[in-house]
Amino acid sequence: MKHDTLEKNAGLLGVLIVIAVSLGGLAEIVPLMFDSDVVEPAEGVKPYTALQLEGRDIFIREGCYNCHSQMIRPFRDETERYGPYSLAGESVYDHPFQFGSKRTGPDLARVGERYSDEWHRLHLMNPRDLVPESNMPGYPWLAENTLDSDLTPVKMERLRMVGVPYTDMQIAGASAATENKTEMDALIAYLQGLGISSKGRR
Amino acid sequence: MSGFWSIYVIVLVLVTVVGSLWLLQALSTKQVDESEGQSTTKHVWDKDLEEFDNPLPRWWLILFWLTVAYSVGYLVVYPGMGSFAGVAGWSQTGQYDEEIASANKRYGDIYGAFSDVALADLSSDPEAVQLGRNLFQNNCVTCHGSDGRGARGFPNLTDSAWLYGGSPEQIEASISNGRNGVMPALGAVLGDDGLNDVVAHVLSLSGSGAANENGALKFGQMCAACHGADGTGNQLLGAPSLKDDAWLYGGTEVDIKDTLMQGRMNSMPPQRGTLTPDQIRTLVAYVLSMGN
Repeated sequence: MKHDTLEKNAGLLGVLIVIAVSLGGLAEIVPLMFDSDVVEPAEGVKPYTALQLEGRDIFIREGCYNCHSQMIRPFRDETERYGPYSLAGESVYDHPFQFGSKRTGPDLARVGERYSDEWHRLHLMNPRDLVPESNMPGYPWLAENTLDSDLTPVKMERLRMVGVPYTDMQIAGASAATENKTEMDALIAYLQGLGISSKGRR
Repeated sequence: MSGFWSIYVIVLVLVTVVGSLWLLQALSTKQVDESEGQSTTKHVWDKDLEEFDNPLPRWWLILFWLTVAYSVGYLVVYPGMGSFAGVAGWSQTGQYDEEIASANKRYGDIYGAFSDVALADLSSDPEAVQLGRNLFQNNCVTCHGSDGRGARGFPNLTDSAWLYGGSPEQIEASISNGRNGVMPALGAVLGDDGLNDVVAHVLSLSGSGAANENGALKFGQMCAACHGADGTGNQLLGAPSLKDDAWLYGGTEVDIKDTLMQGRMNSMPPQRGTLTPDQIRTLVAYVLSMGN
């Protein structure tokens, strides 16, 4: 093919550029979409409960992911501090996933059951009450805001459309599970569920 | 990786490598015939501004060839060609497992050196205490504070008051298995007057207030089962002594009333999944040394 031909046909050049740049993705990403290790849930991984799901939304709304990752890489210095490294199958019900890319604070992928509920409550109100060196902001309003429990079943239905296997019964009971709960309750329920499917793996 | 996807990846890798070779070949064959003068791209700007159509510089081209040669070597040694694992047998998890195995051996020996020493003697071994201090700073300070003095709701480890007992074995059990502390809410049962009376009685137990007869009666009915008739507490249940000046949730009238009204619930998470038994032993040594 002559250089001239390419240079004078922007359309053809565009098509060839797309082919050239997609080769890497076709080889590295596409096969994963059909790999059972990646698309099937890891052992013990369950969809979020109604309350945890609301907590997930608070996590996103407050931008927690800006400072906290949820992805433990397979290096000893990380697994020593945070717990077993993350598996792809642990994120199958995350839409969107919360891997994050920055650790101003610690990774949260396995924070579940590491601290007591009471610790989380006090820590979210004012982190410096417990950790004087902390530079995390406090989130006292979470304890005052109650959840909109009418929205919970809707969120679960939407998630079901993208493949989270919620049963009709779970969706029917969702409003009752989040009624009169504060955003703090929801966020703590979410945090306490993070990564506990790996208990015993090390 | 199944057979189809393996072949799919191999084909794409080969297409990329061969494509790069072809591109290099296509661009590097053009020779300059010096006798005819240098050829141009035939583009003319501003009437007489032309662009030479020179071949790629040789040194640059050689570097490019080398990258292709490198990729071939890489694909032989490391995984890349579909499900072919590479002759070096390298894998990400394999490297991780090796890293863990060598670290376990190295640090296992360090902590293991104390596994035969009695727990009670360990706290006077400066090396064990130092190891425990390091572990404490990494695992315990978020609740108990970097100085071990705790916070409201999180026990001070430097004083002589122990919720679940301060013997080496009891501390080891607390760290290893965790603890669950529950004080039920008694506000509704006691009512406003009862609440004030019990608070007065509790304050009098530690000598900061006058005795309250009704409070003592109510205390006997509602509180003595855990805290003991005389308020000395019960370490089996984690019920604190009310006679000393150590208060987990504050010892003022307002604090005690609050505790009675809404109850308290907190837990110490078990550490045995995170730390090895030998590591926990050095932690016990450090905790004991803080109290001394």
